[in-house]
Amino acid sequence: MTSKTTPPTTTATAPPAKAPRLSTRVSTRLTGVTRRLRPPADRDTHRSRLSAPAVLLLLAGALLLFSLVRAITGETSLTETAQWGSALTYAVPIGLAGLGGLWAERAGVINIGLEGMMMLGMFAAGWIGWQYGPWAAVLAGVIGGVLGGLLHALATVTFGVDHIVSGVALNILAEGVVKFLAKLWFGAEGSEAAALGGNDKQSPQMETMEPFTVPGLADWLGDLSDKHWFLVSDAAGILGAAVTEVSWLILLAVVLFVVTYVVLWRSSFGLRLRACGENPQAAESLGVNVYLYKYAALAVSGALAGLGGAYLAVLIRMYQEGQTSGRGYLGLATMIFGNWRPGGVATGAGLFGFMDALQNRGGGDTVHAALLLCALALAAWAVWQFTRGQRLGAAVSAGVAALLWLWYALTDTMPSEMVSATPYLATLLVLALFAQRLRPPRAIGRPYRRGEET
Amino acid sequence: MKRERLMLALAAPLLAIVTAVAITSLIMVITGEDPFHAFGVMLDFGSKSDSQVWIINKAIPYYLSAAAVAIGFRMKLFNIGVDGQYRVAAFFAAVVGGALTLPGPLQITIIILTAMTCGALWAGIAGYLKATRGVSEVITTIMLNFLAGALIGYFLQEGRLGEVEDNIVHTPDLPDASRFFEIATQVQPIYGTIVLAVAAGVAYWFVLGRTRFGYDLRAVGTSEPAAEASGVNVKRTIVVTMLLSGAVAGLTGMPTLLNETGNYGNDFPEGIGYTGIAIALLGRNNAVGMAFAALLWGFLERTGTQLEFEGYAQEIVGVMQGVIVLSVVVAYELVRRWGLRRQQRLVGERQAPAPPAKDTAEVPA
Repeated sequence: MTSKTTPPTTTATAPPAKAPRLSTRVSTRLTGVTRRLRPPADRDTHRSRLSAPAVLLLLAGALLLFSLVRAITGETSLTETAQWGSALTYAVPIGLAGLGGLWAERAGVINIGLEGMMMLGMFAAGWIGWQYGPWAAVLAGVIGGVLGGLLHALATVTFGVDHIVSGVALNILAEGVVKFLAKLWFGAEGSEAAALGGNDKQSPQMETMEPFTVPGLADWLGDLSDKHWFLVSDAAGILGAAVTEVSWLILLAVVLFVVTYVVLWRSSFGLRLRACGENPQAAESLGVNVYLYKYAALAVSGALAGLGGAYLAVLIRMYQEGQTSGRGYLGLATMIFGNWRPGGVATGAGLFGFMDALQNRGGGDTVHAALLLCALALAAWAVWQFTRGQRLGAAVSAGVAALLWLWYALTDTMPSEMVSATPYLATLLVLALFAQRLRPPRAIGRPYRRGEET
Repeated sequence: MKRERLMLALAAPLLAIVTAVAITSLIMVITGEDPFHAFGVMLDFGSKSDSQVWIINKAIPYYLSAAAVAIGFRMKLFNIGVDGQYRVAAFFAAVVGGALTLPGPLQITIIILTAMTCGALWAGIAGYLKATRGVSEVITTIMLNFLAGALIGYFLQEGRLGEVEDNIVHTPDLPDASRFFEIATQVQPIYGTIVLAVAAGVAYWFVLGRTRFGYDLRAVGTSEPAAEASGVNVKRTIVVTMLLSGAVAGLTGMPTLLNETGNYGNDFPEGIGYTGIAIALLGRNNAVGMAFAALLWGFLERTGTQLEFEGYAQEIVGVMQGVIVLSVVVAYELVRRWGLRRQQRLVGERQAPAPPAKDTAEVPA
């Protein structure tokens, strides 16, 4: 590959002493071309963002929709506290992984290794957890993830390895290490861990991390929810999930989303970090130590993914092989889905979490009701499009909504595989339809060498 | 110059394997075990003839999977989805094969073609989205992997396309006539599907290295705008590459289906697609290199089981594989950069026979 750029093209323009640099120049010009062919960067800055009233209006609309569907189908679990609580539970690890991906990619490093970092985090949490309790486990998980992140940084930043290649390698390595150490530390015959129920595939159990319930409020919302009043009970049920038996780690995750937004978009540190992802050469020329920032971003990225792994370990109270089951990849999907913004990541993770919860709790009937929900939502979307003069889009949406409604009307239940496939299908659809409107960091995935312009 | 390039090409994998051996030895020493004895056991057990047959049989799907990944790699297309592609392909091939009773060779041909078509179509979705909508193939293929699992999960149930036997749901068995031939040895037979792997390897080498299409493909991988400017239809090349990659991925499940299980059950091996990525990286997308890498993987897995009997943890093999992959990608990058600098220096010397005085005053660009 490289041999193509090496033959020197000119001898007259450069003095002999600088000849060795020629080949870099040639490839530099090429990237210049690449850059010119790309669409202008600030396309999305001119687009109006959702204002606060619009968001509130949307939320109110969604609530109304849920209440309507609940009332029509009689499927109370759709707005039950337990359903939403479990959705939150499933959403958090994916969301944390997505947030980890966000940190890495905002600094310009693709992080396919999230899955491996989650595994490391979950393992470390399981290992420390059964000995020192769940809070120590959380800390250990974060450290485990950071180690993974730093390894990825070493490969991609210091050695300049392709980001995806390094990430894939990291996943393979993490899986190997975790399995090996699990056997050594949990499954060794005669060891204390084995006596306490550890084996090759899982650690001994750790203590439960007590969830918190807001006294008074939770009961009140619970009572309200049981009354099945239209809209009021539904709102109470959904809100109840935020105050009833909530894990402290969920609260921590929510805080981390806010912190991420503030740090990355409201601090000079964040500005510099994002500059490394947009145009590292320019950042470097302004005195930003790009290598250092990329290392920092990847350490945070690993920490968040590791926390996601630790969350899983605390949730099931042990390390168990294969429990991450692709959540790191899903996190990556939510990040792209969410257009590299924390709010988008949260929305994406929420969707995945809600679908997971539907599948694991309600079974076919609830999902069947969700079909109607989708049909109604699409119909509303069609109306909105129509008012904005997008006749064709409105017609397509209305057509799909009608088909979904037909599907709902003609069937009684839904196969569970269909449910589990929905988030992936949704991600694919969103990517296919809105990929043009996504705006990844400009220099993403490109290896950066100090002093070279490629 | 040619000898030097060969040396450069071999330097990286050797460096990586030495690093991997060193690191795993260190881990074993730290955990209080004797690495030299372990490597001795592995070499000893791995050179037994029944082990060798096992290793070859194991390497066949690995090689096919790696070739599928490598086709994408050659144009900087990351087909992470080989895993989903081969499972969808093998599943539907098994369904078609289980439903037909045609003369052996004809049915085998149909099964293989079904597998290749299904794999190609599944991968083609990602290729189409990449070419027309600009969606990153990394994320679409990952999503398609999950979707493949859901799709197979839906159909592989009693009453749909599966039947239950000993707690395992599987597709109807292929008729005996449509089993692939085997090559008898003194110990267990070698799977005849090795001819598929060899054919895929030769085709890979020829199409990518010796044809106009292969040249276009690599050109797109090196520089998309340059390829576009010189008349390559980039979009078409992306779609065709993805289809080819998927078709080869479709073959990955064939050794298991046609030589081993004869059906697709919920115990069908998973994850070979990811192994293929590791092997393609280790073999540096080279048809011969990947064969060695696939055999190495088989060797490690085979001899790992023997380590268990000697009181070692067999999982050390997983660590070894991980370290090999990570160090190989780092080593390639280091060797590549070293080679580039060396070439630049040579070119510089050729152009300026007299040692330039201001050599040290070179300012970084």
